[in-house]
Amino acid sequence: MSAGATATGDPTLGPVWKRASWYAVLSALSVLVLFPIYMTIVRALSTPRDYVQRGQPLYPVAVQPDIFGRAWTQGDLGRQMALSAVVTAIIVTAQLTTSILSAYAFSFLQFRGRTAMFYLFMATLMLPLEVTLIPNVDTVQSLGWFNSIQGLTAPFLATAFGTFLIRQGFLGIPRDLRDAAALDGFGHLAFLWRVAIPITRPVVASFGVIAFLSAWNQYLWPRAIVNEAKWNTIQIGLKNVGAANVDEMNIGVAAAIIAALPVLALLIFLQRHLVRGLTAGAVKG
Amino acid sequence: MLADVVSVSVSRVLFEDVTKSFGEVVAVDSLDLEVIDGEFLVLLGPSGCGKTTVLRMVAGLETVTQGTLRIGNRVVNDVEAKDRDVAMVFQSYALYPHMNVRKNIESPLVARHFSVDGGAPRKLTASERSQRITQAAETLGLASLLDRKPAALSGGQRQRVALARAIVSRPAAFLMDEPLSNLDAKLRAETRLELVELHRKLGTTIIYVTHDQVEAMTMADRIAVISDGRLQQVGAAQEVYDRPSNLFVAHFMGSPPMNTFEATVAGGGREGEVTGAAGRVRIDAGPAISLPPVGSRVVVGVRPEHLRSQGHGQQGRQQEGLRARVSAVEWLGYERHVICDVAGRTITLREPAEGQAPNLGEEIYLDVVANHVLLFDPATSERIP
Repeated sequence: MSAGATATGDPTLGPVWKRASWYAVLSALSVLVLFPIYMTIVRALSTPRDYVQRGQPLYPVAVQPDIFGRAWTQGDLGRQMALSAVVTAIIVTAQLTTSILSAYAFSFLQFRGRTAMFYLFMATLMLPLEVTLIPNVDTVQSLGWFNSIQGLTAPFLATAFGTFLIRQGFLGIPRDLRDAAALDGFGHLAFLWRVAIPITRPVVASFGVIAFLSAWNQYLWPRAIVNEAKWNTIQIGLKNVGAANVDEMNIGVAAAIIAALPVLALLIFLQRHLVRGLTAGAVKG
Repeated sequence: MLADVVSVSVSRVLFEDVTKSFGEVVAVDSLDLEVIDGEFLVLLGPSGCGKTTVLRMVAGLETVTQGTLRIGNRVVNDVEAKDRDVAMVFQSYALYPHMNVRKNIESPLVARHFSVDGGAPRKLTASERSQRITQAAETLGLASLLDRKPAALSGGQRQRVALARAIVSRPAAFLMDEPLSNLDAKLRAETRLELVELHRKLGTTIIYVTHDQVEAMTMADRIAVISDGRLQQVGAAQEVYDRPSNLFVAHFMGSPPMNTFEATVAGGGREGEVTGAAGRVRIDAGPAISLPPVGSRVVVGVRPEHLRSQGHGQQGRQQEGLRARVSAVEWLGYERHVICDVAGRTITLREPAEGQAPNLGEEIYLDVVANHVLLFDPATSERIP
């Protein structure tokens, strides 16, 4: 091990050979993750018949530069993505609000039956969507909410998972900070807004991403309660555009890429919020 | 500038028969204590003795189970923490990690109401807040660090930010919960002096919790020794050290602690003798008091610095003094501690590190400085008289 090698580099990474091997491992993992995405783009751009005839190579064949435009118009993606965006925004906002408030209650408030209620909450995590699907469809139908925003969002406004995740974050807030906040005259809302949420921002942001992904990618539920084309969300639209273009498969693939762009944008936007270790330096100990 | 920082609130803190229980556990038991206005009072005791609970009751972070707690002339049992006009410095500093130093110092000023120039309490304006932050930061030498986050500060700097946050609200009393325990030894010694200086400048009551007797003795106007939730003794450092009111205080104060051993009173009057298994000790009880009757059992207490070695290598002498066998010698540069076995008890002698140290296993005789011997009642542990 050469001592000189560490002098210039990042000391946390150690000597050159160690860094090099880390880079090799991480590069390999990146390739593993990025390769399917690359191949999706290749398939989208290539004319399907030529691509298959060429033996499905690693590069685009007979490129159709207008494929994304065609997918956009043929699949009516704009309208469907707008609807999905509205539905997703409602679900994410509602889930963040309900999860943060219930997590706060389960973390910081003392009330009778708190533990029992929390476990009851958690028990709902054990029920998969498939179990609740039929009763929920019945309920939504009886409310007359088929083909509506209410119908698309109502069952997803609160989630035990978010409560659990954010509660874990809140429980990590040192008691001294809560005491200091009490002396500073922060009431519950002020403490939540000024201290608890900023400190647990990585957790809250992570949950926001998870909520966004699951809302944006919903297929089964909209499928069950939507029977008018104008209420189709983007995932239903993708299925339809694929089914309508079996001879031009790359239109469906291109549509899938377009539908994934908001998710990509979200991840890039939230990247710095997802960094951990924000509480470093809060308290020494 | 300091005149602005100096608190105008007059405040004493008064505990009247205050008890705090957590379920079955009594953390603080019938505490009667007056913290005088402007005083630096140290609550001293071992871990888990209840001293932090006492402080948290003053802060309003724990309720009082029984008794009356007053700050100034106001009974504060049911007053919320934010309305008690006290500021607390936490052991962990409890700085908000996502706020910079300026925001941290500002935090006590944002939500609370303050009386300005004797007017009715109201929220401070942004410029009033900013003025106070600047003053507090300058007092503690933080002016250049105001835009940093706590994570970018050293331990000593964080500690100063915690102090600045405490003084910015100009409270009636400061409550400090082992604020120096996360600093290294050198910084701790420096900060001790600075805290005393700060107290001198501000003149505000400080209640300071520690388990470290050095901190207590160097900073306190008075020390309140607490054990098992009970106040053992309160007084100036010297008084508590010289005249501990019971065996707990005697053992807790001083390092190495006071030597104690059981004995029987052999000669009465003011100047008398006690004898134990290890030998005979002459005592001078002072003018005001007299010894228990001859034949009474007592516990004799002698500080390590009040024992004298009669010199080693001298055999077969002495009707007085304690026969001791040397079991260890600790050398501290300026002094040494000679640890001896005296009739099965460990007795420590502190002497200047001059001349030759006794050898391990050697038998020596220890003289006791007669007017520094304390006697305790073996049944009650209280000092006699």
